[in-house]
Amino acid sequence: MPIQYYILLALTLFSIGIVGVLTRRNAIIVFMCIELMLNAVNLLLVAFSKMQYNLAFTNNKATVAGSEAQLFVFFIMVVAAAEVSVGLAIIVMMYRNVHSVDVNFLNRLKN
Amino acid sequence: MVAVLLILIPLLSGLASFFIKEDRTVKGWSLFSSVITLLAVLYAIFNPQQLSYDAAWLPTLGARFSVSLDGMGKMLCLLTAISLPVIFVSTFKNTYQKASAFYALMLLTQAGLMGVFLATDILLFYFFWELALIPVYFLCSIWGGEKRIAVTFKFFIYTFVGSLLMLAGIIYLYFQTTGGSFALKSLYALHLSVKEQNILFWLFFIAFAIKMPVFPFHTWQPDTYEQSPTAVTMILSGVMVKMGIFAVIRWLIPIFPLAADHFRDIVIIISIIGMIYASLIAIKQDDIKRLIAYSSIAHIGLMNAAIFAHHQIGLEGVMIQMFNHGVNVIGLWIVADVIEQQLGTRKFSQLGGLAQKAPILAILLVVMSLANIALPLTNSFVGEFLMFNGLFQYNAWMAAVAGVSIILAAVYTLNMIQKIFYGNTTEITNHAKDINGNVQLILVVLVVVVIVLGVYPQPMINLTKDSVQIFFANR
Amino acid sequence: MNQLVYLVPLFPLIGFLINGLGRKSLSKSLIGVIGSGTILASFIVSLVLFFNVKNNGAVVVDYFNFINIDSLKISFAFQIDALSSLFLLIITGVGFLIHVYSTAYMQDEEPQHYGRYFAYLNLFVFSMLLLVMGANYVIMFIGWEGVGLCSYLLIGFWFKNDNYNYAAKKAFVMNRIGDLGFLLAVFWLIAKLGTANYADVFAHASSLTPFDVTAITLLLFVGAMGKSAQIPLYTWLPDAMAGPTPVSALIHAATMVTAGIYMIARSNVLYSMSAVTMNVVAIIGLVTALFSATIALKQNDIKKVLAYSTVSQLGYMFLGLGVGAYTGAVFHVMTHAFFKALLFLGAGSVIHAMHHEQDIRKMGGLKKHLPITHLTFLIGCIAISGIPPFSGFFSKDEILAAAFAKNPVYWGLGVAGAAMTAFYMFRLYATTFLGTFRGTHDQEHHLHESPSAMTIPLMVLALLSVVGGFVGVPEILGGHHELHGFLSSVLTTEVAHESSKNTEYVLMGISVAIAAIAIIFAINKFSKKPELQDAQGFGKVLENKWYVDELYDTFFVKTTLAKAKFLKDIIEKNVIDGAVNGVGKLVNYSSRQLRLIQSGQVGNYILFMVLAIVVVILLWVNDNHLYQYISKLF
Repeated sequence: MPIQYYILLALTLFSIGIVGVLTRRNAIIVFMCIELMLNAVNLLLVAFSKMQYNLAFTNNKATVAGSEAQLFVFFIMVVAAAEVSVGLAIIVMMYRNVHSVDVNFLNRLKN
Repeated sequence: MVAVLLILIPLLSGLASFFIKEDRTVKGWSLFSSVITLLAVLYAIFNPQQLSYDAAWLPTLGARFSVSLDGMGKMLCLLTAISLPVIFVSTFKNTYQKASAFYALMLLTQAGLMGVFLATDILLFYFFWELALIPVYFLCSIWGGEKRIAVTFKFFIYTFVGSLLMLAGIIYLYFQTTGGSFALKSLYALHLSVKEQNILFWLFFIAFAIKMPVFPFHTWQPDTYEQSPTAVTMILSGVMVKMGIFAVIRWLIPIFPLAADHFRDIVIIISIIGMIYASLIAIKQDDIKRLIAYSSIAHIGLMNAAIFAHHQIGLEGVMIQMFNHGVNVIGLWIVADVIEQQLGTRKFSQLGGLAQKAPILAILLVVMSLANIALPLTNSFVGEFLMFNGLFQYNAWMAAVAGVSIILAAVYTLNMIQKIFYGNTTEITNHAKDINGNVQLILVVLVVVVIVLGVYPQPMINLTKDSVQIFFANR
Repeated sequence: MNQLVYLVPLFPLIGFLINGLGRKSLSKSLIGVIGSGTILASFIVSLVLFFNVKNNGAVVVDYFNFINIDSLKISFAFQIDALSSLFLLIITGVGFLIHVYSTAYMQDEEPQHYGRYFAYLNLFVFSMLLLVMGANYVIMFIGWEGVGLCSYLLIGFWFKNDNYNYAAKKAFVMNRIGDLGFLLAVFWLIAKLGTANYADVFAHASSLTPFDVTAITLLLFVGAMGKSAQIPLYTWLPDAMAGPTPVSALIHAATMVTAGIYMIARSNVLYSMSAVTMNVVAIIGLVTALFSATIALKQNDIKKVLAYSTVSQLGYMFLGLGVGAYTGAVFHVMTHAFFKALLFLGAGSVIHAMHHEQDIRKMGGLKKHLPITHLTFLIGCIAISGIPPFSGFFSKDEILAAAFAKNPVYWGLGVAGAAMTAFYMFRLYATTFLGTFRGTHDQEHHLHESPSAMTIPLMVLALLSVVGGFVGVPEILGGHHELHGFLSSVLTTEVAHESSKNTEYVLMGISVAIAAIAIIFAINKFSKKPELQDAQGFGKVLENKWYVDELYDTFFVKTTLAKAKFLKDIIEKNVIDGAVNGVGKLVNYSSRQLRLIQSGQVGNYILFMVLAIVVVILLWVNDNHLYQYISKLF
């Protein structure tokens, strides 16, 4: 399968994530959209990694090209997991304080 | 070593002043230290050995604490050293809140000024340049008049913009020198391209032009002079504006000779416009301090024009005029201060007839004013004669146009004399008293200096001759 | 003899210092003695120097280097030659008489102001001496501005009166305009010749280009215009009559105003090299002579008449210089110093007697009350009208004869001016001294002849006005013109005018006859029926001085002030300060606007972030390489 399809899919997912972050006010959905963006990046990394590997394979059967990108994917997944736990904790705290998960309540930076 | 002492005495005694509680003691202490400085300068002038000092300062950068006294430096140090005692004595009766801080800052300013005139390392020069300015910000903003905060802010912005431009220029120059040096000599030896010079020239010139000030960078000056306490104004106009002129002669033109040639006409024309402009505005002023401020702008414009005319006669005139202008303008400020302290106003429209009430003050001011308009046998005649002469040798038309300012100078100065001293007394001046004591003594001394240097200017010429020669030898 | 030279200016300087510093402690009589005595001492030294020059020739005494730079050397040096020694005698001689006169004239002043007056007067003499003694143009300039200063101080002597102060200021500023010309000429000389010493300049004058010479001489002449009150810079002199009358006699008639003539006579070598300048000088002189004579015809203030008469006579001197009759001009300076000082002092005596009334319409019939003043004043009038054998005849005739040789039109106009001179002087004389007294009864009661301190100087000057001309009797009248011989060492470029004897007799006859007719006409007209009403028609224009003051006021003073106001209120406040404050305001405003972007909404921040990323990507897209790469993708 050509790489273009992967890129387009990732782009679409990423864009959905961005639009979601920008438009939704519910903190949980914003959070999910961020995850979506992260996974779009993951997908792209995996796809490119596979492509690199295929290109290198014709010259050298023992190549490990592109494996770093897959490593990155694991990193991102670990970080994302950590982030989810922290982020959800913040959202829970926020709900306890303001009885809402609407991000527009979080505008105290202004003053 | 003497050269270092010139900086150290005011610096240390200024720092010490902060800790003196008693007002009278601090006055006496600062007067004492300024007299010691004066003696040190006189010693330096009459014993021309060991006037240089060089030591490592910031070794990682290659900046050195190197100071040296040439003729121009001697003369300006002398001016600085004379003005402080004169200012202290003539304002001895004025009382200040937090006097110890006031006098301490004055002495720190003096240290900075001395450093500026002594430094032969451009980073050190920059350091002292700022050291001289920073106390003035405080002096003006704490002890100034009603609008002091706004005015100090304006002054600060102006001078600070200038300083930053200069700093940028200094850093650029630093990277052009071989091995990274800030020393005067290595900067003189630089061979910069015309394009580089043309840009760097303005970085430095704007900084100096703001300090002088040259039209159109002058609007901080009348406001600052008006709002500062008179003692500070005297330092500002008597000595500090000379920093700009000094720096042009010492640093700007020798480092960027090609650019100086290239922009010569522009700079001279700006200066001449400024002279006429300031003179015309002075005619319409109703405030003594602002009148003196604009008159000062006109005089500085002439000095700047004469420097750029690049003629030996004119430059010699600039040298002695730097000193003379300092003496004269301090004298005028003293009179302005006396009038303001005694009568509570500086407006011409409220004054008049003072000659009947205060004849001695009238005579002394008249002599000072005549010096201000460069009447022969007063000190500034010699300076202005030489400066106009130099300008004429460069371009006769420019000298002729600039000469209009001497007519205008007569108009506004005589206006001032007439409105303050002649005519009938007003309600305010009815109870005026004549001056006596310290102020009279100081003014008489200044008048004597004015006349002696007007009749026999040769010592000043001899003192600064070497600087003029070096200036032209470097080209 | 050389060691005496410095004494000449030193004495008045000492007088100035003593009178100036001791004006409160010294008694009036002592002040008067010091004031006059120092001038007398100078006069005696001047006499010694004069005879020394006559016998042994000129000396230059160099005292010290005033300015000494490598490329320019100006020494403080005095040059005593025929010209300067003659002027020394005039200045100190006439000056001494006027000092003596002043001791009585200023008697009503408080001691302090009395001292101040004499201090100024001594300072004036000092400056004037510097002016004529200097051996280079710079020293001359020192004196040149110094006398301007003293003139300023003395015109505004009664400083409580604001009008006097304005007159003083006007005099100083107008003089400064001239001084600028002088200064530029000196610069020009220094630029071309590297020196301002008379001897060096004249020796190397031939190396100057014609353009340089014309420019230098014209610029010098601008200086002379200011100092010697020539068109267009003459209006200060009539106003200068605000000063005490002896001051008018000394400064504004006898000495200071002749400085311009001295300077041109001194520079005769340069002037003779430029025909253009000579013509300009002659024409300006002639026009001034006629123009101010017409104004004098209708003035009613006794001092104003004399002031315009002075301007007119100065015009004659410049005419003389312009046609190359340098000796004639200097000669006229001398005789004019005698008779004009006499006339002014006589006027002062009248004013003194009339209790500071100056309007001649309120006088009349003073002949019998003031016999000495009357007689001496009459002598002065005859002398200025050019009736032989009084001094004015010889000097004026010499100028007119030279003018005729140059151009008969000059002569014709000169004679017309001389006729006007005779007419207005005798109008003044007849209105003041003849007829019946027209003042108040109280004034008449107090009319008295002045004290001897005032009448003796009058008599001495009257004597000089009578015999002063004999030093310059022309050869056709059987004389030898000693003055010419004496001055010939300095005035080397004098133009010898050659007319036949008969022509000269005719010219003399005509001018004397016309003057005599004018005198008789004026006496007849005004002794019986003086003009008491304000003039009508054209006379009104003359009475108002051709409205020149108003013209200057509108065109120069008001426009300058308007410009100054415009610069102060509009340019300085709005444009330059506006620009500076504008930068501040702009920063302030934009930061206030930008602050609104910080809404605190996280969503907004992210939106900006995204937009910024999009912009950055788009910028990258513009990069050709990347663009191709991406287009390959799709």
